[in-house]
Amino acid sequence: MKLYDYVLSGNCYKIRLLLGFLDLDYEKRPVDFFPGREHKSDAFLKINPLGQIPVLEDGEIRIRDAQAILIYLASRYDKSGEWFPGQSHSQIAEVAQWLAFSDMITSTASAARLHDMLGYNLDIDAARAGAHRLLRVLEDHLAHQEFDGHDWLAGRRPTIADISCFPYVALAEDGGIDLFCYPAILRWIRRFTALDGFHSMPGINVSP
Amino acid sequence: MTPDPFTLSHWYAIGRIEDFPNGYKGEHRILSTDIAVSHHGELNVTGPEGSMGVQTRYGHVWTTLSRDPRPLYNMPEFEEEGRRLVTAGAIAVRCSGLRAVENFLDMAHFPFVHTGILGVEEHAEVEKYDVSMGAAGDEIWATKCRFFQPMAAAAAEGGQVIEYRYRVAHPYSTILYKTCPLRDGHWDLIGLFIQPTEEDECIVHSFVLVFDEHNTDTDLLHFQQNIFLQDRMVLENQVPNKLPIDPRWEMPTRAVKSHGVTWSTTRFEKVA
Repeated sequence: MKLYDYVLSGNCYKIRLLLGFLDLDYEKRPVDFFPGREHKSDAFLKINPLGQIPVLEDGEIRIRDAQAILIYLASRYDKSGEWFPGQSHSQIAEVAQWLAFSDMITSTASAARLHDMLGYNLDIDAARAGAHRLLRVLEDHLAHQEFDGHDWLAGRRPTIADISCFPYVALAEDGGIDLFCYPAILRWIRRFTALDGFHSMPGINVSP
Repeated sequence: MTPDPFTLSHWYAIGRIEDFPNGYKGEHRILSTDIAVSHHGELNVTGPEGSMGVQTRYGHVWTTLSRDPRPLYNMPEFEEEGRRLVTAGAIAVRCSGLRAVENFLDMAHFPFVHTGILGVEEHAEVEKYDVSMGAAGDEIWATKCRFFQPMAAAAAEGGQVIEYRYRVAHPYSTILYKTCPLRDGHWDLIGLFIQPTEEDECIVHSFVLVFDEHNTDTDLLHFQQNIFLQDRMVLENQVPNKLPIDPRWEMPTRAVKSHGVTWSTTRFEKVA
């Protein structure tokens, strides 16, 4: 298996996290996302016409989009069936809903991070305001889950929904988005970083 | 606050040479001052008082607000055959550039910030090292620095005690010389060229200049960015975010004080 990877990308980190949780061997093909913009090069556009990372190759299969890769890896390689539970229709829908939500986090919190850290030219106030709108939704949901005795986004066990939302929420402070006012999110981050097989990336504060 | 004369007297990197292709036009900032950069056949930098000095060296474009700048320091290693230069791009950090230099020089943070790469908690001790001023009195060298590192470079295999020399070539430029894991008697260079934008904000341009036949440029880039982004998180959380130079507060940076540097530093009285 080969992962087109960028060390500072939260979307690539999602895949590295699941590969780690599933203890799967893979080869990293580092992409010069910044400053080289290799993901927009002609050669890379042949790999992914959208010019985005990550991309996963597994034998003859090539998959783009972090959420799609998570679904593929969990449904193909997770024998426990817990990372992408397929028994309950409502739970499948719930996971799918948070996968889509995570893409909205990317277009707000991750955009703010690219602005603050790498000098991307974009509307930083809009990006941060959009991120806070989403974080309030996430905060409310996690608080309700806790009332129901659930620690995770879609049920009693962590799923790819949690993996998918985790990176850009945990990296939000890189983009000047303070997480102080989201206690349920902070508790969820703490639980996530304590999972067996978790590994960090730069910008994520792992509390002991 | 107007920058002090010593801070004003230096050249500052504002980006990699390839970031300013022919036809380029853009706004930049150094020392709380807006500057315009354009490239039409030749590079031009303009500030509030008109045209400014510009030069390309060490893979980067440099400029200065001074009419009579100190010469940009020499790094003869850039001329050596067989070395590879990887520039890691401009990364913005919400802290004083002086803080970024201070952190770069501090080996004690390796086991806790770069755990498993530049240090391990079982080997946290910093041994005694030597500090001297450069020949002209405006550089600082820390030599005979030794530290146990589990993965000192992208090309390193297994842990080893690495010898370091640190050079502070000017207040916003620092270079690390570390024993090359592949070539005896040679040093690999890793450095920061810091562009101070405000007293409490900077842009860090970093480079790697190494002998390495095993890694691709992108491998080296990822290694360097991974390390620096671990530092960035710590730098942004330091309080105060300007460099404290008062003896009642933290260990003062004597070299900074001896040159009358005040910009981007802070004294005890001001916050007490």
